[in-house]
Parts: sequence; structure tokens; C-alpha cells
Amino acid sequence: MTGGRMADKKQLARQFIEAIPHARELGMTLTELGDGSAQIVMPYDEKLIGDPETGVIHGGAVSALMDTCCGAAVMSHPAAPGGTATIDLRIDYMRAATPGQSIVTRATCHHMTRNVAFVRAVAMDDDQDNPVATAVGAFTVERKF
Amino acid sequence: MSRPRPEPVQVVKQRRDAALAALVASVPYARFLNITFDRRGDELTAQLNFDEKLIGNPFLPAIHGGVTAAFLEVTAVMTLTWANLWERIESGSLDVDELAAGKLPRQPKTIDFTVDYLRSGLPRDAYARATVSRSGRRYASVHVEAWQDHKDKLFAQATGHFLMPQDAAKQKTADQDFVAREATPPKG
Repeated sequence: MTGGRMADKKQLARQFIEAIPHARELGMTLTELGDGSAQIVMPYDEKLIGDPETGVIHGGAVSALMDTCCGAAVMSHPAAPGGTATIDLRIDYMRAATPGQSIVTRATCHHMTRNVAFVRAVAMDDDQDNPVATAVGAFTVERKF
Repeated sequence: MSRPRPEPVQVVKQRRDAALAALVASVPYARFLNITFDRRGDELTAQLNFDEKLIGNPFLPAIHGGVTAAFLEVTAVMTLTWANLWERIESGSLDVDELAAGKLPRQPKTIDFTVDYLRSGLPRDAYARATVSRSGRRYASVHVEAWQDHKDKLFAQATGHFLMPQDAAKQKTADQDFVAREATPPKG
């Protein structure tokens, strides 16, 4: 693939992700997009709190971030699916995200068949040595629109 | 044989509804997604009130997969918390006024959560119910099902494991029990 087309694809994927109403609502920003990998940042926000006693973000918000990032990784794969939808997603929560810190998610689409894309992801806050959560998922591979 | 006279219906309803309202109101994320709860006895049904900001695919359009996951997880945590507090709400040992004033019990923590996406979420309200499959002293397993138009046509389901809140004193006893149990050779 030529550099120009690759840049186009990334531009398109970026626009696509930034056009997702819920991703915009959570303040998600796509910070990196490779061939089958993506990185998305979600800033801390009080409206995302799950436990008011501690100020820790709800697991559901982390799920939303993980799901978006995994979908972005699928979309960025060189096999270039026309679209994708989650089949299943499992999230393991290793620890509570530290209140006040952004959450950075990195997802990799490590295998793609004609119909299914396999993805894994990790979510970190400022403590780069201890992941907040990891995820594994399977996504559909939709043909071009 | 005599049993205490049952409480008047208004008293029972008021106590249960006030406790539920206090718990739901305390979670900012549930408010953000506009998730409300309906109660029939101790059974809860969560409702995800549709809004444009919940859209994930603007072309279909469909509810964001992350919103679906979040909706299921909020339902699971709330149902588990509710089931866990039910006895204390009913016996009166949990002060509902204090609960409403913001003195909240510790919440269960999600260990893992697996979501099955069965069909795409349509741009309309969604409903979910959770069943606590197992609730132990330390761990609980919860299954959640979500639907939109037909109760038997689920659009998503999930299973999660949770770490139950432990107060320090209880934790110590539990650990001692565990050690004692481990140290005792099995009988027979």
C-alpha cells in the first residue's frame, strides 16, 4: 500500500471514530493508528464515576473505551474491513483506575479471518507498570459497503 | 400461633423505593447514561432510556457496544448491591434516611465481565435484568440479559464475577476461618 493511500485510510478511520456520538460524548481521542492497532485516550470525568465514595470511574466506562479501541484496531487492519461489530468482549479488571488520571487504551487486531477479527487490548493510567484492565474480543468482519 | 401484624403497604413500598432511589442516585455514571430501575418486590428491571449520545454506529444507526456493556454492568452491580442489602433494608438495620443522605455501603468490585452481542441495539429504550447465580462471602457470579422489543429476543447478555465488599473486621474473621479450615485435616 502506498504512503498516500495509507494516510487516507488513517484519516478515514480517524474521522469515523470521531464521528461516533458516544465516543465523542466520553471525550475519546484517537492518538495512534497502525496496521491493525489503535490507541485511544479517555480523560477523567466526574460524570463517569461509578463509586462516589472513592471517585473511581465505573467499569462500564472502561468497557466503552475498550470496545471502541478494539473496533478501531479492526478497522485499521490492512485487510481493511468495510465495517465491524462486536461479537463478544471479555474485560478483566486488575485494579481501580486512579481518580483524576486519563485512561489510555491500546488494542491490537492480532488475527483476521474472512469473517472474524480477534483482538486484545490493555488499559493503563499514569502507572505504566500496572495495567488497569485487559480485554480480549472477537469482532465481525463486514465486507465493503 | 400468632405472627406480627404485617406492615401497611405504603410503609413497605416507601422504604424499598427510597432505598433503591438512594442507591441509583449515588452512581453518577448511571445518571449520565440515564439508566433507571423498576422494582417489583425485590426484582429489579433496569431501563436504558435512549438518547442520541448513546449511538455507536451513526449509519445504521445502532447503540454503541460499549454502552451496551456499560448498561449490563450497571445492572449487574446494582442488582448485586440490592440483593446484598435487601435483608438489612427489610429488617430496618440499614437506615434508609442515612442512605439517602449519602452514607453509602461499599460496592462490589468487578473482577471480570464478558459480554455476548447477539444483535445490534436499535435506537430505542432497552431493558435488562440480572440474576445473582452465586453470592458468597468474597465472590459473586452474576448473569445479565438485555432486550428491547421482545423479552425472549435478547440483544445482549453478559456474565461477570465480582469481589464483594469486606469490612476490615469481617475480613479478618473470614481469613481466620479460611486458615482454620485449611489447617483442619478433612474428616473421614
